[in-house]
Amino acid sequence: MYQILKQIAKIGIVTEPWPHPDDALRVSARRLGDAILARFGRALAIRHVDAGSCNGCELEIHALNSPFTNPEQLGIKFVASPRHADLLLVTGPVSRNMETALRRTWEATPDPKLVVAIGDCGCTGGIFGESYASCGRVSNVIPVDVAVPGCPPTPDAILQAILTAVSAGRR
Amino acid sequence: MNLKELPIEVEPLPGAMPVFRASVAAAELREVCVQARARKARLVALWGTDDSERGTGYALHLALAFPSGLLWLRVPLARADPRYPGIADIYPAANRMQRACADLVGIRPEDGADARKWLRHGAWPEDAYPLRRDFDTSLRHGQKPDRYPFVAVAGEGVHEIPVGPVHAGTIEPGHFRFSIVGEKILRLEERLGYKHKGIEKRFESMTLEEGAKLAGRVSGDSTVAYAWAYAMAVEGATGIEPPRRALALRGILLELERIANHLGDLGYLGNDVALSFGFSQFWRLKEELLRFNARLFGHRYLMDAIVPGGVARDLPRADAEGLVRALEGMRREVETLQSIYEEHAGAQDRFIMTGQVLPELAERLGLNGFAGRASGVRRDLRVDYPVPPYQQLDPRMISHTRGDVAARVLVRFEEVFESMRLIEALVQELPPGETRLPLAKAGSGAKGIGWVEGWRGEVLIALEAGGNRIHRLHPHDPSWQNWPLLEHAVHGNIVPDFPLINKSFNLSYSGVDL
Repeated sequence: MYQILKQIAKIGIVTEPWPHPDDALRVSARRLGDAILARFGRALAIRHVDAGSCNGCELEIHALNSPFTNPEQLGIKFVASPRHADLLLVTGPVSRNMETALRRTWEATPDPKLVVAIGDCGCTGGIFGESYASCGRVSNVIPVDVAVPGCPPTPDAILQAILTAVSAGRR
Repeated sequence: MNLKELPIEVEPLPGAMPVFRASVAAAELREVCVQARARKARLVALWGTDDSERGTGYALHLALAFPSGLLWLRVPLARADPRYPGIADIYPAANRMQRACADLVGIRPEDGADARKWLRHGAWPEDAYPLRRDFDTSLRHGQKPDRYPFVAVAGEGVHEIPVGPVHAGTIEPGHFRFSIVGEKILRLEERLGYKHKGIEKRFESMTLEEGAKLAGRVSGDSTVAYAWAYAMAVEGATGIEPPRRALALRGILLELERIANHLGDLGYLGNDVALSFGFSQFWRLKEELLRFNARLFGHRYLMDAIVPGGVARDLPRADAEGLVRALEGMRREVETLQSIYEEHAGAQDRFIMTGQVLPELAERLGLNGFAGRASGVRRDLRVDYPVPPYQQLDPRMISHTRGDVAARVLVRFEEVFESMRLIEALVQELPPGETRLPLAKAGSGAKGIGWVEGWRGEVLIALEAGGNRIHRLHPHDPSWQNWPLLEHAVHGNIVPDFPLINKSFNLSYSGVDL
């Protein structure tokens, strides 16, 4: 126990300032009203869905939860079920074998809800494109509010996209 | 010439690793496999090709690793009846590979084999084979329900828990079917293939230059291992030898990838036994390493840093020395954390004897990579086939025999330290000179093999090319071999320990779903 406390004291707090929202990341007009976003903006529950990525974007979603970004300081937390979620964080491309599962996850998420598409593949289908096995971009399967490019996008960029999705209510 | 271990006529394949090619008739396949198995050869990969453009039928391909090198075996099959005698009883790891091959190429083992589909769910019909040359890529088939025939377990008090494809944590999609009594797991059956996005078909429309980017995205967490294997295959097929400085830099990149993944896993393994302190500490270290990667090589995960012909970016002396200093500081931190993990009774209680895979089973089923080395399977390409840049470094084989979560934790710690040592040695001996050669064209029907010990295990790329185009490429992830062992590792454990056991293997879904 002493070692643990000593290490915690030695390292201190490494969390860095969070990024500003960027409206350029929006792919559709804002659908939710200020009152809803204001509530989401203070306590946002996120369900991550990997719809067919190379797992590179997942590495950065893990890194988003590192002490450097620490999204919980902003009331943002990841939850275990879409039924508990306000926002789906979806990586792509959407494989055809995941198409039904992604739709069902979206349907299981209670309204009102937001969707953020992650990475070049989530935004456009990326290097995998559309094929017999791939539906391409996330918005080909479910409605998307904000999309963040990058291969993979950094934790800061992902956090920025999430904050953009709820930004109107934060003002 | 003959292979050292088998009386079989082989032809050496030019390239960085010792690779031999041979062709055998389907009728001889089983005998060759029986003999290979008796001579301690392991099955690395199995895949199929449609050779109709060359005027022949189909072919089954096997990669078998002998002590003297890799044997790339081609088994020609008739166009009219592309069947072969299955080998899953000799090499159990072949089961899913044979089924994937049937789904994608339409070549099947003869009666008696497991004939269930694997990568095909409901997105394309049973009589359409995406990797055949006449497959219409513009066609979109409607979704049909998967209806996969899981093995049912019956008995008093037995019930099933279906999990996935969408899981509770930030992990890749796959389905796990648990049959349990109370909390105890009687049986686990995996259903993968959810991430199948047509990678092999996509390669066939690419040039040798373009393919590098896709190879680095077969399994993003192993991007360096795949990019190196791809570059090695292309260099073999086009007859170029990358500069020595580039090879040393590739070694540094591969070890950085190993350290980053092991640090992340060590954090999560702490997290999964309620030691969230471990998560915060290791992910702080990992993040620092990722930022170093971005500064030195332009990408946090080192994507596209290795290219056919060499590396995309040189490492100046001052940066290399900075890296060694940073790793030295990191090594001290990891030592502190290791002593905390080892003295933490709660963590050790969850780690020890959980998810055990004994050496005999690991050897029989072909467990590979660090998980294999935690179960007494002493294999590591860097040690077994020491080619540059590992030749002069004398890499240490990390090995333990207990095969439980604790052993897989310990192997990770020791491999982190060994990789740090290797990077330091590579930096000290960094050869001067060029870092990249221009890409040459491949001859007609040229072949190449890339074979690299990634952080998770051995990554193989088998390439057939012509001119500057990819004709056929099969990427093989070590997770093919290791996924079935997870089904064994959970026997008799309790359901709440599954996430811990799963994380202790940390297998790739994307790498096997293709």
